Amino acid sequence: MTPIDPVELKRIRWRSRRGLLELDLVLERFLAQRFDALSPAQLAAYRELLDLPDNDFLDIVNGKADLDDAAQMEIVGILRAI
Amino acid sequence: MSVPVRRFDAVIVGGGGAGLRAALQLSEAGLNTAVLSKVFPTRSHTVAAQGGISASLGNVQEDRWEWHMYDTVKGSDWLGDQDAIEFMCRKAPEAVIELEHFGMPFDRLENGKIYQRPFGGHTQNNGKTPVQRACAAADRTGHAMLHTLYQRNVRANTQFFVEWMALDLIRDSEGDVVGVTALEMETGEIFILHAKAVLFATGGAGRIYAASTNAFINTGDGLGMCVRAGIPLEDMEFWQFHPTGVAGAGVLITEGVRGEGGILLNSNGERFMERYAPNLKDLAPRDFVSRSMELEVLEGRGCGPNKDYVLLKLDHLGPDIIKQRLPGIREIAMKFAGVDPIKDPIPVIPTCHYMMGGIPTNYRGEVVVPKGDEPESRVNGFYAAGECACASVHGANRLGTNSLLDLVVFGKSAGDHMIQFIKNEMPTWKELPADAADRSLARVARLDGQTGGEEVPEVRAAMQRTVQSRAGVFRNSANLQQGVEEIKQVAERVKRTQIKDKSKVFNTARVEALELDNLIEVAVATLISAEARKESRGAHAHDDYQHRDDDNWMKHTLYYGETRQLTYKPVHTKPLSVDYIPPKERTF
Repeated sequence: MTPIDPVELKRIRWRSRRGLLELDLVLERFLAQRFDALSPAQLAAYRELLDLPDNDFLDIVNGKADLDDAAQMEIVGILRAI
Repeated sequence: MSVPVRRFDAVIVGGGGAGLRAALQLSEAGLNTAVLSKVFPTRSHTVAAQGGISASLGNVQEDRWEWHMYDTVKGSDWLGDQDAIEFMCRKAPEAVIELEHFGMPFDRLENGKIYQRPFGGHTQNNGKTPVQRACAAADRTGHAMLHTLYQRNVRANTQFFVEWMALDLIRDSEGDVVGVTALEMETGEIFILHAKAVLFATGGAGRIYAASTNAFINTGDGLGMCVRAGIPLEDMEFWQFHPTGVAGAGVLITEGVRGEGGILLNSNGERFMERYAPNLKDLAPRDFVSRSMELEVLEGRGCGPNKDYVLLKLDHLGPDIIKQRLPGIREIAMKFAGVDPIKDPIPVIPTCHYMMGGIPTNYRGEVVVPKGDEPESRVNGFYAAGECACASVHGANRLGTNSLLDLVVFGKSAGDHMIQFIKNEMPTWKELPADAADRSLARVARLDGQTGGEEVPEVRAAMQRTVQSRAGVFRNSANLQQGVEEIKQVAERVKRTQIKDKSKVFNTARVEALELDNLIEVAVATLISAEARKESRGAHAHDDYQHRDDDNWMKHTLYYGETRQLTYKPVHTKPLSVDYIPPKERTF
């Protein structure tokens, strides 16, 4: 895996700002507690989650829906527990 | 320092419902239109609107726009401008059908027409019986609207500047608006966007409160830019609250919890609502419960280390009822309050939801300010729509489902009038003033050079605590006066905030510092406007002046940031085509 571009890390942090307060709160905790220790593969999965529409993303975080991708679900597991 | 300039016919700041609806109108008219948004447009706070959009389609029961108008005027507690309210309610059916034609997936009746659901405050025959007026797309009405409008804009070739933050309004020597300065987050560079007309659709500023349902992006950027550019803010004392948000988070706990038997307790373990409302107790009206809760906190009977919330107790209902009837609430409590309501009570506090005031506009979306003897003189080239604008259709209190309606009706109206203005009055660009970017450059340079100041989150939290405790749902003269002094001190601290990260690219700390510059203007405006209004009207409930005073206070507040002074202007009492709806006691 290539090392992550620091600019990309900052971009991902900004993109964790959402239209729904519930997501802001969960992702704020995730950024504070878990983000810095993510592997490149986990970061890639998190970045993909950020492309989801807010309402779908929140349903997934709330356990009302799942995703097929195992790497994405690993991050979802962290977000659900945090 | 030379700042790069880009030119457009129209620049729209904000990519939520109002900004996208206006942009669509302009782009479809062939005008070169830019939309700036801090986040991807479909992640604007419009996605949080669940309830629906009201229109007197009469698909389920007989309905008329005049009845919708009556409900809106009554909801506004007679502070709404009746010409703007008539305009919005008359246009509502056409606006909803237009969204349907754009492909918005409304819920439907078996006959194929749009389904309409009941909603608080929606009535037939001027308050006689409830009516089903709210059109919805499941519980995702705002989301569906935003996606529909975004797709239409892409088709119409609207140019999106995503992850751009507008910094300041540019006015020339005649006071006309000729563009904005903006920060491209990706590069950290500042640009001038030169325009024939500018629309602000920057949303609300609920983040001035410690307890808010608003997303983090709702920092009142448009309002801060107006204050710095000498444009007053209207009716900033009026904010809508919900009684039970999770303390420290803002996520709402539905009122159904109290319906199921949940009760509110203070730090003495007392069920205090028995004292305030011996009959209805915890099921008293929303605003009454909110004020009682806040009074408990103000009188020192709050819970927790800072004694700043009360408790919502459910455990006596038993695990089965909680799991069966309130599963979503248990999830929210565990996730956002860290408590399982089967065992422990949930910390709750009245939570800010919606800003009724904002940038003064008329129903054409034009920004209007006093000039000489004229209370509402147009600022050439400047428009506003949506929550950031005060048309004023919501007056002292907003009727549910009128917010999404406001976005599309006034977004479109502003778009139409911008087109007329550009075609008839502004065929080419006015010259930019030589100092167009100076204010923005100075703000950023101040941040970069600041040493020995406080961190942004610390000062922001001080502002939020002050606004929450002094300009929340319980208001009296002593508390408001103290709040005015406190918020002025916080404003001094904002001038010296410091950021450690001085890098240019995607510098979130810098963005948050610039956002705080906007929030504090809104916070000061709110305290000063609220302190001055010596009556109770709509969401402004004053303990020392418990009644509405139409003789002295049926007027709009205008707050000027430079002097921190207030002036007032009359409420519009002439609707466009129907008779004036005279004030009545507001009972339900």
